[in-house]
Amino acid sequence: MLEGILIGLKTALSIQNLLMVIGGCLIGTFIGMLPGLGPMSIIAIMIPVAISLGDPSAALILLAGVYYGAIFGGSTSSILLNAPGVAGTVASSFDGYPMAKKGQAGKALTIAAIASFCGGTIGALLLMVFAPALSSVALLFHSAEYFALMIVGLSAIAAFAGTGQVCKAIMMTLLGLILATVGEGALFNMPRFTMGLMDLQSGFGFITLAMAMFALPEALFLVLKPRQADTGAGAEIKDMRITMKEAKSIAPVIGRQSLQGFFIGVLPGAGATIASFLGYAVERNLATKEEQAEFGEGSIKGLAAPETANNAACTGSFVPLLTLGIPGSGTTAILLGALIALNVTPGPRLMIDEPQIFWAVIISMYIGNLILLILNLPLIPYIAKVLLVPRNYLIPFILFFTLMGAYIGQNNSTELLMLVGFGICATAFKFADYPLAPLLIGFILGGMLEDNFSRSMQLYDGVAFIWERPMTLALLLLAVFLVILPSYRARRARLRAAGIADGD
Amino acid sequence: MALDRWIALVLLGICLVYGYTAWFTMDDALAPFMKRNPIWPSTFPKLLSVLGIITSTIILLGLEKGEQKIGEIDYRRLGDYKIGQAIMLLVLMAAYALCLRPVGFVISTAAFLILGSVILGERKWQIMIPVAVVATFLVWYLVQEVLGIYLRPLPTLLGG
Repeated sequence: MLEGILIGLKTALSIQNLLMVIGGCLIGTFIGMLPGLGPMSIIAIMIPVAISLGDPSAALILLAGVYYGAIFGGSTSSILLNAPGVAGTVASSFDGYPMAKKGQAGKALTIAAIASFCGGTIGALLLMVFAPALSSVALLFHSAEYFALMIVGLSAIAAFAGTGQVCKAIMMTLLGLILATVGEGALFNMPRFTMGLMDLQSGFGFITLAMAMFALPEALFLVLKPRQADTGAGAEIKDMRITMKEAKSIAPVIGRQSLQGFFIGVLPGAGATIASFLGYAVERNLATKEEQAEFGEGSIKGLAAPETANNAACTGSFVPLLTLGIPGSGTTAILLGALIALNVTPGPRLMIDEPQIFWAVIISMYIGNLILLILNLPLIPYIAKVLLVPRNYLIPFILFFTLMGAYIGQNNSTELLMLVGFGICATAFKFADYPLAPLLIGFILGGMLEDNFSRSMQLYDGVAFIWERPMTLALLLLAVFLVILPSYRARRARLRAAGIADGD
Repeated sequence: MALDRWIALVLLGICLVYGYTAWFTMDDALAPFMKRNPIWPSTFPKLLSVLGIITSTIILLGLEKGEQKIGEIDYRRLGDYKIGQAIMLLVLMAAYALCLRPVGFVISTAAFLILGSVILGERKWQIMIPVAVVATFLVWYLVQEVLGIYLRPLPTLLGG
């Protein structure tokens, strides 16, 4: 492990990669601050740039920097404007915005930055411990187990979608898998479902789909419903210091939420958003009576909890990506797509075959968090000026970058028409409350899922692998259980609400 | 019928067509020796089509009860939002896609950025035009020279 850390340090501390972290964090903060643009859109827009770098470690470092930069930027707009740019920072506005209204915007930003820094750093430490352990277990896996594991991942994502949503999330996952079968598969040299169109021969472009699913609907929502940014309250940022007493009171919160957030982030489907809301709720319950009254009125604990948890969860979500090659969230799915485009297959072999990528990413997380704290925090009053750019200029540029991202990935203008078409579909899905992340995760995992399925079918000459390998069977049963559990619980809750007594 | 069920109906249609292709027409093209394989190119799609049909039917019939949530935008009152602007921007994007090759990057991009602002209600031409032109050249330079991806700058007629 020490050797790995040293290799990582060497890679991450090269001038080029340091510039990548700094650039990524700044760009992420900059765009993440704009209300309505989440980390997924930003990363999707940055992918062509990352891919053209050619060096997988530099690309992943850049994209990871953009990721936590975006989360940090999102919390800034939550605090200053009560307009969260990212779902994971909604909970930060509960207490951050009241603090800004009371004239403590500077202090709120400092607390957010320190909490994010600690959450991210402790998360990265935990990642260092857990990722190698998990990948040594994952090396024992066979393609049958991989197939089952991906099914578990996909069902967990659907299961976390909430009541009344499970079927929709499953449907979106299936649609993603269906889209992934279009074009020529790796195992069979025959085009499938191309409808005779040459443009579909190589399948749908992953960047096109990512842009269409996230960046385009978000931009259209900004057009449809201009958000009234109330710049008055938090515009003045001054006095960024916090006292020793305040630091002491948030320290235990940060400690607890780093751990809790990290482990929530590791679970597929539960990401920064769930971690931050849960973190907020847990800390409110743990606080004393007087402190509880402060929650929602500008409590520093109420701000530190979600900020720590969402950053720790972001780091946690890298565990399944780096060790199993299975993304647990939309953002890590996009990162996985970028890695595949760079000829790197994340998975348990990553640590052995390309330790420089694996460790450089982890080391760059520390550097990224440090940069957010020492570079971005003092710059925030200036970066916040981006919020003053009129939307009449902003929106055409967002749309243009979306188009450019899809175009330079494929150099094909048909791709742009597909982008618009998928974007319209995605907006309709968003109207009807269909979750979009499962579609993209299904699309990205589709190829691997089918390959592993086909390989096991060939090895066992049929579906016998399901019952001949106990671990596969156990994982598949877990997947079924995950899907059925939410509807069972919802049914029980309905029965109880209807006044029917429970058996026990 | 609510929008989510209409969407489920469309998805059901897609799954049926997909399933029909997978179950009935795809295997005709399969070489005879490949038919001895336990797995065919159509095996996984067959599985997906069945699952897709079941799931979309469940949503269509409303078998899974959940609380009715109104999202960020209530599509039932779409007229209250700036739907005209959104549609015009989408048309503009499609036009950009069609023009990019024949008209060239520079003209189409500058026009896209200017028209995009105009659609959103901007009328300050003296700011709009310089911003669009500078941004166009900046992006062209970055993509072409820094990233090394070829973008045809001028219209085909001018041999660009």
